[in-house]
Amino acid sequence: MHFENHTAEQIRAHLPPALAHRLQDVEPAEGIARRSFMKMAAVSGFALGAYPLVAGAQQGAAPAAAGLKPDQQPAAFVKIARDDTVTVTVNRLEFGQGTHTGLAMVLAEELDADWSKVKAVHGNADPAYNDPAFGMQITGGSTAVKHSYTQYRELGARTRAMLLAAAAKQWNVPVASLATERGVVIGPGGKKLTYGALADAAMLQPVPTAVTLKDPSRFKLIGQPTTRLDAKLKSSGKQTFGIDVRLPGMLTAVVVHPPVFGSKVASLDDAAARAVKGVKAVLRMPLHDGGEGVAVIGEGYWAVKQGREALKVEWNDAGREKVDSAKQLASYRELAAKPGRIKHDADMAPLAGAPQRISAEFVFPYLAHAPMEPLNCTVQIEGTGANAKASVWTGTQMPGLDTAAAARTLGIKPEQVAMHVQMAGGGFGRRGLLTSDFVVEACTVAKIAQAAGISAPVRTLWSREDDVRGGYYRPMHVHRAEIGFDAQGKVLAWDHVIVGQSIMAGTFFEPMMLKNGVDETMVEGMGKPYDVPMRLSAHHPKLNVPVLWWRSVGSTHTGYVMETLIDEIARATNQDPVAYRMKLMDAKATRHRAALQLAVDKSGYGKKTLPAGRAWGVAVHESFDSVVAYVVEASVVDGSPKLHQVTAGVHCNLAVNPKSVEAQIQGGALMGLSMCVPGAAITLKDGVVEQSNFGDFAVPRITDMPEIAVHIVPSADAPTGVGEPGLPPLAPAFANAIARLTGKPLRELPFKLG
Amino acid sequence: MATTLNINGKDVRVDADESTPILWALRDTLGMTGTKFGCGAALCGACTVHLNGAAIRSCVTPIASAVGQKITTIEALETDRVGKAVHQAWVKADVAQCGYCQSGQIMSATALLKANPKPSDAEIDGAMAGNICRCGTYARVRIAIKDAARSLA
Repeated sequence: MHFENHTAEQIRAHLPPALAHRLQDVEPAEGIARRSFMKMAAVSGFALGAYPLVAGAQQGAAPAAAGLKPDQQPAAFVKIARDDTVTVTVNRLEFGQGTHTGLAMVLAEELDADWSKVKAVHGNADPAYNDPAFGMQITGGSTAVKHSYTQYRELGARTRAMLLAAAAKQWNVPVASLATERGVVIGPGGKKLTYGALADAAMLQPVPTAVTLKDPSRFKLIGQPTTRLDAKLKSSGKQTFGIDVRLPGMLTAVVVHPPVFGSKVASLDDAAARAVKGVKAVLRMPLHDGGEGVAVIGEGYWAVKQGREALKVEWNDAGREKVDSAKQLASYRELAAKPGRIKHDADMAPLAGAPQRISAEFVFPYLAHAPMEPLNCTVQIEGTGANAKASVWTGTQMPGLDTAAAARTLGIKPEQVAMHVQMAGGGFGRRGLLTSDFVVEACTVAKIAQAAGISAPVRTLWSREDDVRGGYYRPMHVHRAEIGFDAQGKVLAWDHVIVGQSIMAGTFFEPMMLKNGVDETMVEGMGKPYDVPMRLSAHHPKLNVPVLWWRSVGSTHTGYVMETLIDEIARATNQDPVAYRMKLMDAKATRHRAALQLAVDKSGYGKKTLPAGRAWGVAVHESFDSVVAYVVEASVVDGSPKLHQVTAGVHCNLAVNPKSVEAQIQGGALMGLSMCVPGAAITLKDGVVEQSNFGDFAVPRITDMPEIAVHIVPSADAPTGVGEPGLPPLAPAFANAIARLTGKPLRELPFKLG
Repeated sequence: MATTLNINGKDVRVDADESTPILWALRDTLGMTGTKFGCGAALCGACTVHLNGAAIRSCVTPIASAVGQKITTIEALETDRVGKAVHQAWVKADVAQCGYCQSGQIMSATALLKANPKPSDAEIDGAMAGNICRCGTYARVRIAIKDAARSLA
């Protein structure tokens, strides 16, 4: 592809979306000369001809790029400016987990970049930014570093090779005579060229297919505790999030959802709402779940909030199931009394004659994600029909899927949608919807606004009440366990039934994630690593409550059940809970053992004498390929469980950024604690969610935060993720400590004593 | 319906209904987006600003009640001795994760240190209990406040 004789617009029209941000970056706003812009565009065509969205160019791509997939092309991921700034495009949403710092470190390591000059930015919805393992762009499952570690190392190494080739050409010396260090190529006799000085020439070099990666013993960045790239912006109010997007003439919308999921508007009196100063329109609108809502659109949030409060809406909930949590619990208990669809089977005959038995039922409520940044999405539609162009600004865990959903909603092609992924204020799963609910909603608002003669961009913003009542909860679950064991704690038979809505049923993941009618995301975390004969079965009732993954997904409840029951068996057989676990773990559970031992050693467990009234609690759990063990100290203060001290042992293989691992484990622990605190439950009555805001849906505050010391098991193996694994073992470790004090197991979350 | 507010030492004309909370006057009318919307009900602290030096929740404080008083927002943080120390301590401790609640956390911490230069652990927890963080940065919030207090001593 040759672009020299084309205008910027013509070039843009030919380029894959992955390059759109590059073009924006090199336009005169940054003061780069027109000539360099043309050159870079030409180079980009050369380097990136293999993008799937430029179908015609695939076979015509330059030979050097052949054999490389879009997600292996440096030009889509690295930009080196003349001032030596290295901008790394990260294929994951940054919403607190530190992936922009972590993956930038990985790339910078192999690039030998000067870390003080490295920045990170979001990618867009281009397939180049797909997760190399998933084949679509997903931020979830603690996979960023796990799936993209090698990808980003290779990207860095490829870019470095191109810089070396450019320097070799310029100095007319062999590449072998060159070295790199902190953003500089060093040549014979010690002469130097900075990466910035070489960047334009390097872009013209062939993209190497095969690259040699560093031996980990030579790592300078990977493994070093590193401050987040966004620390300064986020410590000054200067970091912008999706909610901070401001466009000329932009309007704000709120959408009133029906109190019973899926209901429709029976009647609407909007006279008073329309009379509110600043309200531009009140429009009925279809919702993504088949229900109907009412959009109030106007100038700023305060005007539309007053508008919504002035609305008089009657709802038609005929035919909609009205879930009641108390009745739901009763029906779940009935289901749990008999086996469901079998996940795995075992001989249950020894149960009847077992010397000791535990018969236990566990109850877990619905939980809201409640990220601190309320859901929002800004949509601008320009033009109509085939000439329409839509721009979407939002913090999303699945930009590709949301782009397709936006296109579907707007009746245009995905290529007509520009997705601008925004830094997000938390998410915990709520920004990764297979139904794209909040994106579809915002696009619907923009579409009906346009139809009503409003051409301005519209930001649809959820109130906290909309968020807490808006569905997509961690499902409610009931577990039932019958365990038979002997005096040594040897488990003879373990019959286990789980009841809960399937997250995956009805989504395009269903064929992959529902096996024999059992949702893998509900049973993950059961059994392993304990060598026990378990019959595990599941019931998936269907209810009119939208459900979703919530940080650490199935392990939020399976980890709790496993680790409290194992502790109960240890107590019933008078065994030390650590020694018992070590004995019961299967031979392959070396990472579990290492994590638990580290937490034990660092906590002083078994050696230190605790203050009166305190007890130790232990739990260890693997989720998303990493293992976290907690040894905690807890007590009962004024009738309430209180967590004082947490010592974590973490096995995530190589820790790319130990500071980030520490923060994620602390964060996971706090979210684990959030399942325990009074008020941490979403309940329904007559089909309506009873909670609405942080006053009645309680989350932990600083006064609930224990001291947490995080210790990482040293390892050189390829890294696994830490976004989720810190969550599951916290609540059971805490519960086990309290059970030791009270003698009674805690089998319901949030905790209820007595 | 213009109201004149004193924000970060400057008189600013705000063309908004006088019932408008300071939060929305800042964010929507003036384009000052450093102050965050979290709950709209004074429950989470994301919207914390100072009114005459005291930490308040701007999401429930109408602009009418702030006329003739001094509003300070996160945008003025680094022009203030205590605010600058808090900012630096926050970066040093790498407090933020998603960062969304941190404007509010920092404004609460700054108000605390202005009123109480040497807060005890219990006083820190007490002053910060109105600021929710879902990411779990509380441990480093404590560290940063103590560090800022030391640097100001």
